[in-house]
Amino acid sequence: MPDRRLLLLAGLLLAACSFFLFWGLKGPVGFILELRVVKLAALLLVGAAIGVSTMIFQTVTGNRILTPAIMGFDALFLLIQTLLVIVLGGSAYIGLLGPAKFLIETAIMMVAAMALFSVLMGRGRTDLHRMILAGVIFGVLFRSLTAFFQRILDPSEFSVVQGAMFASFNSVDTAQLALAGVVCLAAFTAIRPLIRALDVVGLGRKSAIGLGLPYDRMVLGLLALVAALVSVSTALVGPITFLGLLVAALAHSMMRTHRHALLLPAAAMISALILVSGQAIFERVLRMQSTLSVIVEFAGGMLFLYLVLRGRVR
Amino acid sequence: MIQIQNVSHVIGKSPILTGITTRIPRHGITALIGPNGAGKSTLLNLIARLTPLQSGQITVDDVDVSTAPTQELALKIAVVAQQLGVSSRLRVRDLVAFGRWPHHRGRPAQRDEDAVDQAIAAFDLQALQYRFLDELSGGQQQRAFVAMGVVQDTDWVLLDEPLNNLDMYHAKELTAGLHAMSRPGTERSRSIVMVVHEINYVAAWADHIVALKDGALVFSGPPDQVLTEPILSDLFGMPIRVVSIDGKPVILHHM
Repeated sequence: MPDRRLLLLAGLLLAACSFFLFWGLKGPVGFILELRVVKLAALLLVGAAIGVSTMIFQTVTGNRILTPAIMGFDALFLLIQTLLVIVLGGSAYIGLLGPAKFLIETAIMMVAAMALFSVLMGRGRTDLHRMILAGVIFGVLFRSLTAFFQRILDPSEFSVVQGAMFASFNSVDTAQLALAGVVCLAAFTAIRPLIRALDVVGLGRKSAIGLGLPYDRMVLGLLALVAALVSVSTALVGPITFLGLLVAALAHSMMRTHRHALLLPAAAMISALILVSGQAIFERVLRMQSTLSVIVEFAGGMLFLYLVLRGRVR
Repeated sequence: MIQIQNVSHVIGKSPILTGITTRIPRHGITALIGPNGAGKSTLLNLIARLTPLQSGQITVDDVDVSTAPTQELALKIAVVAQQLGVSSRLRVRDLVAFGRWPHHRGRPAQRDEDAVDQAIAAFDLQALQYRFLDELSGGQQQRAFVAMGVVQDTDWVLLDEPLNNLDMYHAKELTAGLHAMSRPGTERSRSIVMVVHEINYVAAWADHIVALKDGALVFSGPPDQVLTEPILSDLFGMPIRVVSIDGKPVILHHM
């Protein structure tokens, strides 16, 4: 029987989805619904990708502070985009076919992320503080490099990159969405058989090896999957920095367990729930007078602070 | 039997172990002793394949630890390392149950639950079994980790300072328990290898001693040959008296 808390989350998520789809529905119903369904699919997909990738990342690195976004995974993605525009030129970049471009970006991202982590985790793994410090510095480095390259771009070419820089669900490309769905589905299928082993990975390297888990190989594979999920969500809507941190903390404090069979679905649903309700408030209440990330990070940040101060998040 | 052949180890530029060759007998308790920084933990981690071997060879019951699949080794060697991180959302019983992972790979059966029950009883953890690990004291956590190693049901159990943080009562109970399960001829006789600093526990319970100093093997053999005033005084670099009480050596090193 599924866990009660998961059922509750599923119910809330369903309510938020129908609220998003049907609230204030007037005019050409079919047309508007179609737009909203595409947007909703993107929200759910990105939510699940961010929730699951952050949870796995934190288990692998054995910390609760660092997330792929804080480490600059998404900044790395923007850097790759910017470099592609510089190398290929703006028109050629746009001329790249949607699916091909998406797959190339995801592949580059996975290779870059794994290289980064092999270097970072080789020695620093046992030293959490050093890893967090290195991670934050890498994040700043990627952001600064991206900003630098964007400054030397031609203004017209800059506008090409600009589209990818801010989190936005208002311009989701259906072809890209379908492709992102396929990549996400592939990643989730790959993660499914590893769910029980993830619990062992959470014990740390020494215990995991002692229990007969091929730890180093497994961690590399998991990080590749994390990189794939982060690229998918960043490619689709742009960076949402603190959502992952918030979601992982909420999932941990809600589920109070070490079992990923419960943690991963909880994280995916909480993340989707926050995005869907955030976007609904953004569109219908604030009439688009802000950005989604501001809402998510403001409301989410308040909730997070509240939980930390109440001692619910550890 | 564990055979260690010409094992050397370097971390960065500093040599940790140099040309160690020795044997650790099957059954009984083998104690690794020596001053801080002698390389005891490194040697233990190398035997347990937690640290990759740089040079030399280590075999456990004729299985080469650097080439055998880690999954297979987990059914042969259990290891309780030092300073294991504690995740905050783990209950004592869950931790102990992880010791059964090599047997069920994530799908525990009834006999796994039974083994966990037994280990929890044996290590006096019944009252704590549903508590979160990070709410316990260091000694209580330590007992849970040792229970996890024992429940793995392997021929060899390697422990890095298992007596750390334990009070007198639990230190004695734990050592006596390990001693009992390592007697040859009992139903499930294990071989225990442990790093110990409490030299009087070594004197009272160990069957074999391996003494290291500055990364080199100083002496290995039975307690009555190793625990002598000249060897101990030289090993730890201080004057040490050994007296005999009820026929057992008692080491006076604290006065």
